[in-house]
Amino acid sequence: MKNNLLVFIALLLALIQVPVHADMTLEIVTQGAQLTPIAVLPFAGDGVGSHQLSAVIAADLKRSGLFDPLDTRGVSPAPADVEGVNWDTWQAQHANFVVVGNIQEEPATHHVKLNFRLVELPNRMAHLNLSFDGSADQYRMVAHHAADAILENITGYKGMFSSRIAYITQHGSAHSLKVADSDGFNEQSMLNTNEPILSPKWSPDGQRMAYVTFELNRPMVVVQTLATGVRHVVARYKGSNSAPAWTPDGRHLAVVLTKDGHSQIYRVSIDGSQAPERLLSSGGIDTEPYFSPDGQTLYFTSDRDGGPQIYRIALSDLRGSPERLTFGSNYAVSPRLSPDGKQLAYIQRDGGAFHVMLMDLATKQTQPMTDTPLDESPTFAPNGKYLLYSTQDGGRGVLAIVSTDGRIRQKLTTQTGDVYEPVWGPLQ
Amino acid sequence: MKKALLALAVTSVLAACSSTPTEETSTPVAQKTAAPVAVAPAQPMVKEPVTVSLYPAKGVGGALGQRTIHYAFDKYTVTDEYMPVVDAHGDFLLSHGAAKVTLQGNCDERGSREYNLGLGQRRADSVRKILMAKGVKDSQIETVSFGKEKPVNPGHNAAAWAENRRTDIVYQGE
Repeated sequence: MKNNLLVFIALLLALIQVPVHADMTLEIVTQGAQLTPIAVLPFAGDGVGSHQLSAVIAADLKRSGLFDPLDTRGVSPAPADVEGVNWDTWQAQHANFVVVGNIQEEPATHHVKLNFRLVELPNRMAHLNLSFDGSADQYRMVAHHAADAILENITGYKGMFSSRIAYITQHGSAHSLKVADSDGFNEQSMLNTNEPILSPKWSPDGQRMAYVTFELNRPMVVVQTLATGVRHVVARYKGSNSAPAWTPDGRHLAVVLTKDGHSQIYRVSIDGSQAPERLLSSGGIDTEPYFSPDGQTLYFTSDRDGGPQIYRIALSDLRGSPERLTFGSNYAVSPRLSPDGKQLAYIQRDGGAFHVMLMDLATKQTQPMTDTPLDESPTFAPNGKYLLYSTQDGGRGVLAIVSTDGRIRQKLTTQTGDVYEPVWGPLQ
Repeated sequence: MKKALLALAVTSVLAACSSTPTEETSTPVAQKTAAPVAVAPAQPMVKEPVTVSLYPAKGVGGALGQRTIHYAFDKYTVTDEYMPVVDAHGDFLLSHGAAKVTLQGNCDERGSREYNLGLGQRRADSVRKILMAKGVKDSQIETVSFGKEKPVNPGHNAAAWAENRRTDIVYQGE
């Protein structure tokens, strides 16, 4: 009986391997979800090979774990609009949707413009008729915007592909803070150092990154502007300076300082115009501050009751008693709020393992999202539908994604070294 | 077409900052320097000047020859087993007023990096408190936490974790 059940579950798993780029392999496991067949036809006027915008869109939709993009490589010539589509071909392959369009390049401005339609089969009902444009060197982002529009139209999910992620890589003592598109392309190093880097956090507008660096032998908090590379020190007080968290207005950071003793949470201004303001006072370790999206509530980790647990307190009532949110384990850390503020992701120790947990803040109901032993740093996609986190695979740090309904899992594997501290940025 | 979305770059701002190793600025200063350089590695950092080289020889027998205090998971109390080690270094620091130590708190790889940074600080502080209770001067002791970032054993098992949960006593100039 039990064996039959296992076989049944195995049949429900669709295992897909997608090469993300030369250094990263993506493995998607979808459990019990219905995949929507979709034909993203090559666009008239597009490039060739993997740099086709249609291929970028198809890869995005595949990574969502919700679509089954059909092979459209044989379509030639690429139809510029619905008139050129061989509908019978795609209907025969049970496509629910067809994406068709064209690309215009303007040599003078180095801009590309994608015009496309999303058509539902079998009734050939047009859902979308949209254009996106951008500079030629941002052609992938043009495709990501189109994929976001398709995702939202069909599933109701808000966008997520036109965003970037940041993470730390480590090879021996070589640490790098990296930024990449959400599909792993366009990876750039923001910082290379032989000392540890921690806690990268996107500013709300996605233009700057706050992080912790040990470059001067002990942790300090800096803010770096992505476009220029200019960075400035926000907190370098006596002792340890860490755990930056942006206020939603992007003007302040909550940070953890030990200048007055043990780890406590302060608020500092980005421009350095104000002395640090201590937000809370406890006899224990207070750390990992995180503001609710409306900026009214501070979530944090504290061991004030013994082991570390997650608490929250209204910023209007900082002298009040924080509300403890996590029970049922002696170790709960790393609170992160969903973009709508309704869900809390965190890490909980169960026995000897550390799992990603999700709490519905209205009901306080919790559920484990992962079953791997050493999970860390959950971070929500901009649409709140996926959680990116770090875990271990074969003794190395790797990144993984799980949908908040638990049905879709992705593992991003690199060839060498460790990857950790992922953080998902806002939509572009 | 394949160019990067953004020109990410790093300047030498932090290097400029490190050239004043005296002490912590009480007000954060927004640094402004030259134009950014495309994806440059971080500049070499200037280390704090070494003024004192006074420390017990490594390999001496007994408690003074030990430089590491170990802990249980998520704990920062110095257990009886390690009190002789702390005592011995306290006695050395008392009798050598020019000697200085940095207490480096460390954790195993489990759990969050930031919480472990706080825990490592607590571990270093717990040793500092005992030393100060013995009469060692505040100016002889510095503490720093490396959290889980600097394991001595890169393994992913209980033995490695036990080794990595530690406070290292490091003498300046050593």
